[in-house]
Amino acid sequence: MNQFINDIPVSYILGLAGILFSIGVLGILIRRNIVIIFMSVELILNSVNLVFVTFSKALSHISGETIVFFVMAIAAAEAAVGLALVIAIFRHKKSTNVDELQSMRW
Amino acid sequence: MLDLFPLVVLLPLLGFLHNGLLKDRIPHRFAGAIGTLAVFIPFLITLGAFNEFRPMERTAPHLVPVFDWIVVGNFKSSFGYQIDQLSLYMTLIITGIGSLIHLYSMGYMKGNAGYNRFFAYLNLFIFCMLNLVLSDNLVLTFLGWEGVGLSSYLLIGFDYDKSSAAEAGMKAYILNRIGDVGFILGTGFLFWLGGSLQYLQLQTNLSEMSEFANYANIVALFFFIAAMGKSAQIPLYVWLPDAMAGPTPVSALIHAATMVTAGIFLIARLNFVFLLAPETSLFIAIIGAVTALFAATIGTLQNDIKKILAYSTVSQLGFMFLAMGSMSYVAGLFHLMTHAFFKALLFLGAGSVIHALHHEQNIKHMGRLFGKIKVTSFTFLLGTLAIAGFFPFSGFFSKDLILEKTYTYGAFGSILWTMGIVAAFFTSFYMFRLVFVVFFGKDNTDSHHKVHESPWTMTLPLVLLATGAVVAGFLQTPHFFLHIDALERFFAPVLSKGYELASLHGTLAEHKSLVHDVELSLAGFSVGIATIGLILAYFLYQRKQSPILEEHTGFRKILFHKYYIDEIYDFLFVRPFLFLSKGVAFFFDTKILDRFFLGIGGSFGVIANGLRRLQSGFIGDYALYVVIGTFCILVYLLTRGV
Repeated sequence: MNQFINDIPVSYILGLAGILFSIGVLGILIRRNIVIIFMSVELILNSVNLVFVTFSKALSHISGETIVFFVMAIAAAEAAVGLALVIAIFRHKKSTNVDELQSMRW
Repeated sequence: MLDLFPLVVLLPLLGFLHNGLLKDRIPHRFAGAIGTLAVFIPFLITLGAFNEFRPMERTAPHLVPVFDWIVVGNFKSSFGYQIDQLSLYMTLIITGIGSLIHLYSMGYMKGNAGYNRFFAYLNLFIFCMLNLVLSDNLVLTFLGWEGVGLSSYLLIGFDYDKSSAAEAGMKAYILNRIGDVGFILGTGFLFWLGGSLQYLQLQTNLSEMSEFANYANIVALFFFIAAMGKSAQIPLYVWLPDAMAGPTPVSALIHAATMVTAGIFLIARLNFVFLLAPETSLFIAIIGAVTALFAATIGTLQNDIKKILAYSTVSQLGFMFLAMGSMSYVAGLFHLMTHAFFKALLFLGAGSVIHALHHEQNIKHMGRLFGKIKVTSFTFLLGTLAIAGFFPFSGFFSKDLILEKTYTYGAFGSILWTMGIVAAFFTSFYMFRLVFVVFFGKDNTDSHHKVHESPWTMTLPLVLLATGAVVAGFLQTPHFFLHIDALERFFAPVLSKGYELASLHGTLAEHKSLVHDVELSLAGFSVGIATIGLILAYFLYQRKQSPILEEHTGFRKILFHKYYIDEIYDFLFVRPFLFLSKGVAFFFDTKILDRFFLGIGGSFGVIANGLRRLQSGFIGDYALYVVIGTFCILVYLLTRGV
């Protein structure tokens, strides 16, 4: 297994991370449903995590993996707050459509 | 008494603040009393100080530093007062005549809605004028100089709802401003040369500079330009006749007795400059003589009682400058004082007449007032005798001294003297024309008004001023009559240093000493001239009831229109200036400047309007901007290395 992973070129994994990241960004930009947007954010976070571990492995350096744990912990906290916000918005607006939220206008 | 001296300046200021700040809350009588006391108490203090300063007992000036005002590097200008013979003399005139005029105003302004405001302005004027004459340095003098200009403006335009009054105020202010430029330039020059602005310091510094004599003429000329504006000499005199738009007490106080003599005071104060400037002094004498003659001729055909007196003031100021120019400063200051008495008296008398006739100022609608308002008529007659120069009234002595000094002054003496004598003749003529038409001639008054004498607040100052106008001349009398030289001795300490300097540089005017017979005949001649003026006026206006008041043909027309000077100035200066201003205002300003700056402002508005659309309120849009921004940064970072 380890052997197998070592055979994968770094650029492939980075490409995958880039694709995941782009999917996440496009999800945020295109989708109107707040829950989907929220999941896209998670996708971005995890694509970055993937980059971190890849480099950690390639450079045989531990700090990349350390940062991943931090990112995961913070992502969990962010998910809790974010979901709370989503629920609050849903209760307030009776919908999950982001276009309803226009009170930030000038 | 000298310890109390700061009160002299402080009290009018307090009076101004009190009446000015509480003008809508205090009754008229109270404001009037406060205003009058604020000038009368300083008069008493000054009298006390004057007692300590009797000539021969004390010659050194007494300096009262109050506080440092402007301190920049080694330049220091302070609020400091210099009490010497000259400033005391001026202060006595200002506070003495000032308090009489304040008292008069209490009666004259009665029932006027702006009563309290009027007294506030008068106190402000007195405060500024005292700063002008008492200051020990040029900067504080300049503060007073500007301050009297301001209060003059406020008081001329006192009835600001009348456009004529407001315009007259502006005219006075603008013409004075022209003179003030001369003051600033002269001050700068003196500071550059003498390294100080304190009079005493300057005097010491300049006496150690041998090359100052080269600059003295130009410095003196600048200060004379300042005096021209303030003291209404040709070519800046046109504001004074218009200044009669203000209430009559103002004309008496500011435009006859005190403010307009500031120019004379300035020359006397800076005698150590003017004594070294013989060419400028000659120029001053010429301007003075021309003004005296010119204004006196205009005065002969005016029909407004106050306008006549205004031209008379211009003419008398010309006499004073004639004295200043012929370097006989004592004569000029002497005439300043006597003139303050009789001209204030004449103005107040005119005010009393106007009051009696319910605000009628045209002498065509007066006449036969002598029996009806006895006190006014009698004092007015005394004032007229004084100004015309009849013996033994005050005007005779001072005018005679000036003419005598002029006669003995250098090469041009006799020409200047002739002009002075002719001016004296016209003076007598127009004053008696006024007296005959107003007090004796045919009764042209509106009959349905009852003519009434003014209240005591107005007649008491008249009586006191008349007393002054009669006896003030005995301070300085010629050789053939008592030979009193009190004034000359009194002013000696102030002038001595200047005379020393002048004799050192050889610029002292040579006054030929006269044989007594010549002196006597000169005096006799001037009285004779005045008498001829009287007789001529009698025949033209009393016997013939001359229609000269009406007909205006040929030269009389030119005279009646004051030589068209106002029209000429209007054509030469005012209209081009207005044309230019209009061009700037309506073309350059609106079409170019405004467009440019409003364009800058407007373009920001346009840009902001465009950018406003970006802030749509959709979270997705904002995320898109974040992405675009990130993308731009990425592109930049990746291409930078290439």
